[in-house]
Amino acid sequence: MQDEILLGDEAVALGAVHAGLTSGYSYPGTPASEIMEYLIRLQGKEGSHQAHWCVNEKVAYEEALGVSYAGKRTIVSMKHVGLNVAADPFMNSSITRINGGLVLVVADDPGMHSSQNEQDSRYFADFAQVVCLEPANHQEAYDMTRIAFDISEKMQMPVMVRLVTRLAHSRARVKTTAPRGENGMKIPEGRDWTLLPVNARRRFKELVEAQSELKKLSEESGFNQLSLNNRNESIGIIASGIGYNYVMENFLDTEERPSLLKISVYPVPDALIRRLAEHVDTLLVVEEGYPFIERRIKGLYGIPGTIIQGKLSGHLPESGELNPDAVRQALTLFGEKSIGNSSEIPSRPPQLCRGCPHIDTFKALNTVLEDYSQASVFSDIGCYTLGALPPYQAIDTCVCMGASVSMAKGGADAGIHPSIGVIGDSTFAHSGITPLLDAASVDTNMTLVIVDNASVAMTGGQPTFATGEILRKLVAGIGVDEKHIRIITPLPKNLEANIRVLKEEMEHNGLSVIISSRECVQEARRRKKGDR
Amino acid sequence: MKQDIILAGVGGQGILSIAYTLDQAALLRNLYLKQAEVHGMAQRGGAVQSHLRLSDKVIYSDLIPKGKADLLLCVELLETLRYLDFLNPEGRIITSRVPFKNIPEYPDEENLASRIRDTGKAVIIDSDKLSREAGHPKSQNMVMLGAASLDLILDENTLTESIRLLFEGKGEKMVNINLKAFQLGRDAAAVQK
Repeated sequence: MQDEILLGDEAVALGAVHAGLTSGYSYPGTPASEIMEYLIRLQGKEGSHQAHWCVNEKVAYEEALGVSYAGKRTIVSMKHVGLNVAADPFMNSSITRINGGLVLVVADDPGMHSSQNEQDSRYFADFAQVVCLEPANHQEAYDMTRIAFDISEKMQMPVMVRLVTRLAHSRARVKTTAPRGENGMKIPEGRDWTLLPVNARRRFKELVEAQSELKKLSEESGFNQLSLNNRNESIGIIASGIGYNYVMENFLDTEERPSLLKISVYPVPDALIRRLAEHVDTLLVVEEGYPFIERRIKGLYGIPGTIIQGKLSGHLPESGELNPDAVRQALTLFGEKSIGNSSEIPSRPPQLCRGCPHIDTFKALNTVLEDYSQASVFSDIGCYTLGALPPYQAIDTCVCMGASVSMAKGGADAGIHPSIGVIGDSTFAHSGITPLLDAASVDTNMTLVIVDNASVAMTGGQPTFATGEILRKLVAGIGVDEKHIRIITPLPKNLEANIRVLKEEMEHNGLSVIISSRECVQEARRRKKGDR
Repeated sequence: MKQDIILAGVGGQGILSIAYTLDQAALLRNLYLKQAEVHGMAQRGGAVQSHLRLSDKVIYSDLIPKGKADLLLCVELLETLRYLDFLNPEGRIITSRVPFKNIPEYPDEENLASRIRDTGKAVIIDSDKLSREAGHPKSQNMVMLGAASLDLILDENTLTESIRLLFEGKGEKMVNINLKAFQLGRDAAAVQK
């Protein structure tokens, strides 16, 4: 087959389709969105799979579980913080006795290019005691995703594929292999999927007992490669995921390359590390994310007689993203000379698009709040988070999906007035409905502004689930007084009228929801061009 | 044979289209490639860059080390200066003289241009004028690709074939505008050589 140029995300998607995928699930989030985008684009061209955007990551994971229950292969993809949302089904699925292969792809974002933290998903795989595969390049992203389904079915547990931004959003050539067909239907027998204590105790014991087998799998995997350099017994390198690339970049001459253990399959292959440690005096651990492997090796006493270097020792930065230069420094090579530094350049942060409806909402909101000394605006995750930056500086918080609603309620409980939440339509559907139900049950004195632009705009305009009339009915159905559900259209010509509505509802002593509704300008343009 | 290129500009200027054209051309020439790009938040009018690496041997890092880039290809004036430390001492700069002013304190344009000129490695192109001449102001990216083409390890025919492949879905008119933009950029750079 001819090589294809694929994003790391796309290589994962294609690997899943060629592994006989029945159905894929996801919620948009950078840097994972392109996995589902590509699964959707492949429909009708490759494979016979379904591909679904879901209302949130927990729902996505559970829908995937249903497919696995039926004996068929399924993939569920999300960004790293999405797994926090899906943590409940994920943790429990490790003891349900997975039937059809279930592959969870998590794309971490070291350096926080588009995220609120840089948590390392390998800890989640370790927490759930399941296998984690960490490809170093695009070919591995394709190959390992295919193999992940086989491992999942063999070990009867979910398998995690961990990506990072630089692989997810980089393109390279990939060689594909012959596709496999879908699994047939096979309903499980027994009680393994009913996690009553009586079953869960038995299954958890079996999970613990399976760990030695997982370790064997990792130590014997061809993706974990140990190469010893017999002319150099001073330093050895352990490199995981794309950390491996940065090491190799600095040792293109194979003669000079120190002993190297490449880790791409977890649990951590302890026996391979021991063999490397016996060969050298100093171990340098290069890994993208937290010092996961380094901590394990160091433990309480480390390896007697071996110096362990990495992030904990300060040889590599413990926050932010790795790059070839940081790794070069850790290897104590000298940097290359360049023609000049690039300091004193004003930064160019992202900003709301010209004509964006959020601009009009923020202008109205800022005007109203001039009259209040104690106002707090609790906001959320989406394009409107850019309202935190100048010139608007209209929001005070951004923590996690849905927190605007619940924090506004907590703020109101604590006495803040006006206590305001600002959330997008998709984020509301994802995690805002349940806290609003909470606030409605006690008629909290707060004002929620739902900025409804009818799309998941920041991640590229994926479909949303609660917009327009459905959104209004949903809010009413939760129990918000219909008199205090107000619809406004954020346009410059409506500024005065919108200010009046916002002011009235802030003065209402109880819960109000203002739906500020106008389509995303990017989405409107795509629609007019016929791209949607 | 290898070449490391930093592509830079502002979100929405078509940096990724330049990257796709080069990717496709590399595939046509059977070269290895790696191309790291920026998605998500930064694409909203922020600084956007792509590391593009071409080689006849396996490429490891998705990112170009500092001081190793052979070429800095930039569609915006100020953004050029942001990545100078990536350029190797023999590296070349191909940049547009056109500013994209979406920040409050955009520096003096003449000062920026003279800082770039002072490197002694730069070709500066009026991509706005040439793109209009080609038939569409959005073709500035292809003007700049044309201007850089004299310094690329990919030949002209492969690049124009790749441009054709990229734009054929948008109709013959768009193909021709972009091919013309490429040619005008190439000619303008040739004069400065």
